[in-house]
Amino acid sequence: MTSSTVQSNERKPDVARMQPIIEVQHLYKKFQDTTAVDGVSFNVGRGEFFGLLGPNGAGKTTTIRMLYGFSPPTRGIIRVFGMDISRDWRKIKARIGVCQQDNTLDPDLTVEQNLFVFAGYFSIPPKEAADRTGELLEFFALSNRRDAKVADLSGGMIRRLILARSLVNRPDLLILDEPTTGLDPQSRHQVWDRLEKLKASGLSVVLTTHYMEEASRLCDRLVIFDGGKILVEGSPQDLIAKHAGRHVIEIGGPDQSLRDYLKARQVPHDDLGQRIILYTPDGQDISAGIRENFCHEKCTFRNGTLEDVFLRLTGRELRE
Amino acid sequence: MELRVLSWRFWKVWRRNLVTFQKIWKVSFITPLIEPLLFVAAFSLGFAGIVGPIRYGGAELTYTAFIAPALIATAVMNNAFFETTYASFVRMYYQKTFDGMLATPLSIEEIIIAEIVWSASKAAAAAGIMLAVLAVFGYIQLPSGLLAIPLAFFGGIAFGAVGLFFTGIIPTIEMFNLPIFLFVTPMFLFSGVFFPVSNLPLWAKPLALAFPLYHLVELARLVCLGRHETVPLLSGVYLAVFAFIFTALALVFMRRRLIK
Repeated sequence: MTSSTVQSNERKPDVARMQPIIEVQHLYKKFQDTTAVDGVSFNVGRGEFFGLLGPNGAGKTTTIRMLYGFSPPTRGIIRVFGMDISRDWRKIKARIGVCQQDNTLDPDLTVEQNLFVFAGYFSIPPKEAADRTGELLEFFALSNRRDAKVADLSGGMIRRLILARSLVNRPDLLILDEPTTGLDPQSRHQVWDRLEKLKASGLSVVLTTHYMEEASRLCDRLVIFDGGKILVEGSPQDLIAKHAGRHVIEIGGPDQSLRDYLKARQVPHDDLGQRIILYTPDGQDISAGIRENFCHEKCTFRNGTLEDVFLRLTGRELRE
Repeated sequence: MELRVLSWRFWKVWRRNLVTFQKIWKVSFITPLIEPLLFVAAFSLGFAGIVGPIRYGGAELTYTAFIAPALIATAVMNNAFFETTYASFVRMYYQKTFDGMLATPLSIEEIIIAEIVWSASKAAAAAGIMLAVLAVFGYIQLPSGLLAIPLAFFGGIAFGAVGLFFTGIIPTIEMFNLPIFLFVTPMFLFSGVFFPVSNLPLWAKPLALAFPLYHLVELARLVCLGRHETVPLLSGVYLAVFAFIFTALALVFMRRRLIK
């Protein structure tokens, strides 16, 4: 049973490639003297949960803004639902929901009015808008705050309201730009729970995030960006297996003999000075040898994570 | 600019401003209600005794009757200009309201037009209230005075458009002091609100003629008093051209500011 589940997961990207909901080809975005997006191509399939990862300034938000027609590309093609964004932006925008990074809620309006007025921008009739408003407030556990002013809401409630608002037009594609940044763990898990429900309902989603745990948990497939280019693309599991290895050993207070040992066996690792992180490739079991000979102070044996992949590919230097 | 970027959808943005306004309208309408009362009291009690009757448009008017229509025109300027400067800037920069709208089928052009039309609507509402108060005191000729309401909407478009143009180019909200100091205040003082422009020396007259407020004041006196000192058609055309040019400039500069 387990193997069949794994198989169906692995087949998903192929199905996705057959009927893409987003096609991006050779996309460029130049601002005065910087190139924010430097020749990016990718597809997102129907029903797929797709992640855009990368350090600050990598070009994620710029790409996302071009996807929903907010900012015009310098060069390249973006097709959403098979339509060109530069020509059919109005038809496309009517069918997507966007959860922007900034809080763009109307502070002068109540929770309920925020949804209701926003529904008007999509020309949803008032009766229908009122029904959807009620449903969405229920789904995001905001019904008891429907008359509250936005200024009186907590950070988690604000995020949930922004999410609710992005669903008011019953979109076929949801675009989420860092939907859980700044939330406490409880709020974050609540948002993840709702997003998983939406995913199960077949909604296509594009997500940017700085939380690797979030990306691993939600994304079927993702790309890691840096310097406006895509570095890698794949499912979280595949990327971990390929770029970090399934098993990772962190060794505190490494000595020269360990460094020599690793060099002799050509084990992929990151040397951080006070700490060495080993990425053990499949079929090369070195953990026994390490445990016996080098674990004098502190050794952590753990599974490889997306965070390992991310840091290995984009480096550990600060970006800002 | 392509025409398909503009549609009736701009009313949705207009309605958003109305919904917001409904929360504060009681406070907002106190100003146009009280302001004319204060001016009428101050000028008829204190000023009229010193100034005496004013010769304007071939008639003798009491000073209070002379300035009453101009007060409405000034309120139109202030309501529209302050709405598309400070209030629009807050919506654009601090509340990111326009960013949110741009994730919907609305176009940037519709948002801009809606802001201008909204400011004109607010100006017309304020003018209507002032008109009612001044009519009670007998300073407004009826029914022609009722035309001051559509006139206020028309003038509101002109001042709302120029305000939004400044919002498109101003770096910080504090810098609105500059257009207010250099544009609004001189206009308020030299547009024939307080004295007939025909009293100005010859060299200063073209300056007043260049001010859109002067033309709005002229048209306001025409509908409220049946008197004027310039050709009304010229004033109407001037305001229309002014409104058109600054609406176009607001579209260009707001787009440049918001779409990156």
